[in-house]
Amino acid sequence: MMTLPEEEFAEVQAEAEHVRVPSRARTVAGRFFRTRQGRLGFALLASLFLLAFLGPLASPWAVTDMDFSAFMQPPSAGHWFGTLQTGTDVYAVTLRGAQKSLLVGLLVAVLSTGVAAVAGSFAGYFLGWTDRTIMWVADLLLVLPAFLILAIMSPLFTSGRWLLFVVMLALFLWMVTSKIVRGMTRSIKEREYIKAARFMGVPSWIIIFRHVIPNLASLLIVDATLNVSAAILTETSLSYFGFGIQPPDVSLGGLIADGSKTALYAPWTFWFAAGGLIITVLSVNLVGDSLRDAFDPGAGGRA
Amino acid sequence: MSGPVLEACETEAGATGPVLDVRDLEVSFGGVRAVRGLGYHVQAGEVLGIVGESGAGKSAASLAVMGLLPRHAKVSGSVLLHGRQLLGAPEKELAAFRGRTISMVFQDPLSAMTPVYRVGDQIAEAVRVHQRVDRRRAVERAVELLDLVGIPNPSQRARAFPHEFSGGMRQRAMIAMAIANDPDVIICDEPTTALDVTIQAQVLEVLKKAQRETGAAIVLITHDLGVVAGFADRVLVMYAGREAESGSVRDVYRHSRMPYTIGLLGSVPRLDMGRRLPLTPIEGAPPRPSRLPPGCPFEPRCPMAVPACSLSEPPAVEVGPGHRAACLRAREIGQAGVTMPGILAKPEARAVPPAGPVESGAGTAGPGAVAERETGTDGPGAVVERETGTAVPGGPVPAEAVAGPGAAARSPESPRESRAVVLEVSDLVKHHPLMKGAVFRRRVGTVRAVDGIGFDLREGETLGLVGESGCGKTTALMEILELGRPERGRVAVFGRDTATLSPRERLAVRRHLQVVFQDPLASLDPRMTVHDIVAEPLLAHGHRDMGARVRRLLALVGLDAADAARYPQDFSGGQRQRVAIARALALEPRLLVLDEPVSALDVSIQAGVLNLLEDLRRRLGLSYLFVAHDLAVVRHIADRVAVMYLGRIAEIGQVEQVYASPAHPYTQALLSAVPIPDPDKERARRRILLEGDLPSPANPPSGCRFRTRCPKFAALTGALRARCAEEEPEIRPMGGDHGAACHYAEKLGVV
Repeated sequence: MMTLPEEEFAEVQAEAEHVRVPSRARTVAGRFFRTRQGRLGFALLASLFLLAFLGPLASPWAVTDMDFSAFMQPPSAGHWFGTLQTGTDVYAVTLRGAQKSLLVGLLVAVLSTGVAAVAGSFAGYFLGWTDRTIMWVADLLLVLPAFLILAIMSPLFTSGRWLLFVVMLALFLWMVTSKIVRGMTRSIKEREYIKAARFMGVPSWIIIFRHVIPNLASLLIVDATLNVSAAILTETSLSYFGFGIQPPDVSLGGLIADGSKTALYAPWTFWFAAGGLIITVLSVNLVGDSLRDAFDPGAGGRA
Repeated sequence: MSGPVLEACETEAGATGPVLDVRDLEVSFGGVRAVRGLGYHVQAGEVLGIVGESGAGKSAASLAVMGLLPRHAKVSGSVLLHGRQLLGAPEKELAAFRGRTISMVFQDPLSAMTPVYRVGDQIAEAVRVHQRVDRRRAVERAVELLDLVGIPNPSQRARAFPHEFSGGMRQRAMIAMAIANDPDVIICDEPTTALDVTIQAQVLEVLKKAQRETGAAIVLITHDLGVVAGFADRVLVMYAGREAESGSVRDVYRHSRMPYTIGLLGSVPRLDMGRRLPLTPIEGAPPRPSRLPPGCPFEPRCPMAVPACSLSEPPAVEVGPGHRAACLRAREIGQAGVTMPGILAKPEARAVPPAGPVESGAGTAGPGAVAERETGTDGPGAVVERETGTAVPGGPVPAEAVAGPGAAARSPESPRESRAVVLEVSDLVKHHPLMKGAVFRRRVGTVRAVDGIGFDLREGETLGLVGESGCGKTTALMEILELGRPERGRVAVFGRDTATLSPRERLAVRRHLQVVFQDPLASLDPRMTVHDIVAEPLLAHGHRDMGARVRRLLALVGLDAADAARYPQDFSGGQRQRVAIARALALEPRLLVLDEPVSALDVSIQAGVLNLLEDLRRRLGLSYLFVAHDLAVVRHIADRVAVMYLGRIAEIGQVEQVYASPAHPYTQALLSAVPIPDPDKERARRRILLEGDLPSPANPPSGCRFRTRCPKFAALTGALRARCAEEEPEIRPMGGDHGAACHYAEKLGVV
């Protein structure tokens, strides 16, 4: 009785074999690439990455090279983006900056949103002591002067330890989002599908990762998109004061800070770096928007 | 209203002509035709019931009549109110009509009233808009109106805000507002849908009184065939934006000519009929207004369809005096005198297509069902064990938790006492603290949501837990499902006390205890495919290779394997509930807890789900704990029933006993309040109307909780009465396992 007769199922199975159920990741990817916005954003972001990491190979100039025959020259056949006061090639230095900014921006965004999602949803789901501890940490980090601490720590970020910088930056970006996530988790927790999963015997942490966080996807993706810009801009403002990414590394922020002084009479020192930043933020926003739509099954039919 | 009165109304109205005459009404929203050529008329003092499932265009039609549709809706046709054309009339003219000549009662009285104004002021405002009276007189009139609709202490309550009113009182206030200017037509859009049955009975009574006072014509829009049977003179059945059938209530209910009407009536569970009659669901779902078939819109679902049906849409034609039906074969149906199950046997048989031999026996009465029972005797318990063994390779499950019942208790048809107890609840208590204050939170009271209930549920049995909203039935359910230590009392699932379970044992119990929730859309994660949803419990309990199993489960509940790749929102309500049932069955549970599983569904869909549940119970030897507020549904599906009132069980016993001769005054009132979709029976019934609303569970009355509303208590005097106020009644046996918690319980037939 529990098992229906086997022959009955043999038949059902035979016809059903070729109905493949796509996994969630594949469905989301499929939906993402079906929209023009998604394709455009992805293409832009991918080409930025390609340009930043492969572009330097095409140019004869390295970041450390200085052309003593060309100080502050506008773009030309020799120097595609012109040169700086020191004779440094703008093309080489912009791409180098773009490498760091892209990595810093994306990593910080993913890291901080990830921490926010996990901390917020655990706090909101379990409440009680978990909630109090996590929110106490978040409150503590909120009252600490992030900028000052990063500035003080900046000597530590030298000699290629920019990953530490990424971690520190992410550490100061997750708190507000985690509080929003916590609030939303508390309401999602009351939904029947969560209760259903609980009564099925699904462990709490799986419920959080399978039901709670995906249902916050829209919020989290918007947040991550904003965090990319926030991270790049924070890094920019830190670099402006000489903190942030430390020499010999450069970042778009540092270049924009330097270039802004000469932007009026030597626009190439400013606009290439600034343009790079704008395109980065734009493409991240495009990707984020279409990713959000792709995660939302209700939008599937309309897209 | 009885026959002679009805006729009198008709003759009188015939002389004066219709008050409201709607012809060829068309409503479309951006190219989607919601209402297609609807026509009806009502005479003074007449009640026209408009019934139909959700999406049939009932509400759009009534809003069009009122001129309340949004701008982007296109409306054409003619709406004559006392011979004046309303469609296309300037807004100013319409406003003069609205509220004075024609008024409306909405489904949700909370959103229909402005929360920031006092109820009395809102009614007074309605009066002053149309009548030249001063403010004081208007307020006085508001108090009179509130008194008329039966609000106690009207002068005091008039100063209350809408949120201080209960649902029933708000609806009364809405009716008061609707009759404030003595209208000629009152349009009621699902006036009682959001209310409990006892409150519904009160509100319908008020509506009747309001009609008597004003002599207005009433257009009653509802999906409840029982309400129409008892209240309306004529009925119009709508399907896919059109008239399917119309006529006097008796003609339409007794001599239905359109298969849809027949199907609708056949699919309603009846309070006055036992469970052994399976319902006849209508196959499929109503068509989407955007994708109507070229022919008769009901043709794809119709068991009587002939090829001609799909060619063109049949107009509604006269099939008897004042009786119209939109069916090519209406005359045939009338002549042949076919009975309902006879006609609809066909969709019954193909209701659940993919699973051949077993499904053909599904839900059909007679020989099929008997055969099923015979094959069913080899014992559900044994199969559970066998299946568990094969399905979980190497997944050890504590033997005690899955151990089937004793061999003697295996057959679901063996006497109740000899079957194993699946769920035992005794003296269960759940109190919620009532907190106040933001900074210093302090306990200011206790909500006694569940206050000492007890019942047991045996193998292969269905226990219906019924009661009105706020009686604690869902809280009780959640307490059981938590499998934790209850505040007080004891919950034992499969003979194991939940208070002493280790996490591992609890998980093992969970696999045999599953739940189906009320709203299938809310209980299915919108971001997961059906495959992932149904596979979730399997995954949680360590199964591998779920594809085949998920397909089997989907086939079991009558869905296609291809549906696995779709999302819950791509399905209709009934299909979603089937997905939820498939998920609940994934682990082959022994006990299924159903929390209002059909109350969010349309009747024709509900019947299919109920039949599926009944069929699964029989085939898989499941036990159901079925929570519902609809007593007719419970009568249909349950073996035993427990009636809850304010956190306590008022009456418990075999369904046949409780429904045929309820002993507790509350059960009697509850049963008498449920409308029966049979005009003759419904009109002949005596209704026990309860006073007032449910008391707050934070402050229940002393002694018997029901005494504040009890008709019996009101009739008692002296010491007898004091006993009710002082001593809380325990459940006393009334013969067999029938028991009632009343000091003066007496059996009384009310259905």
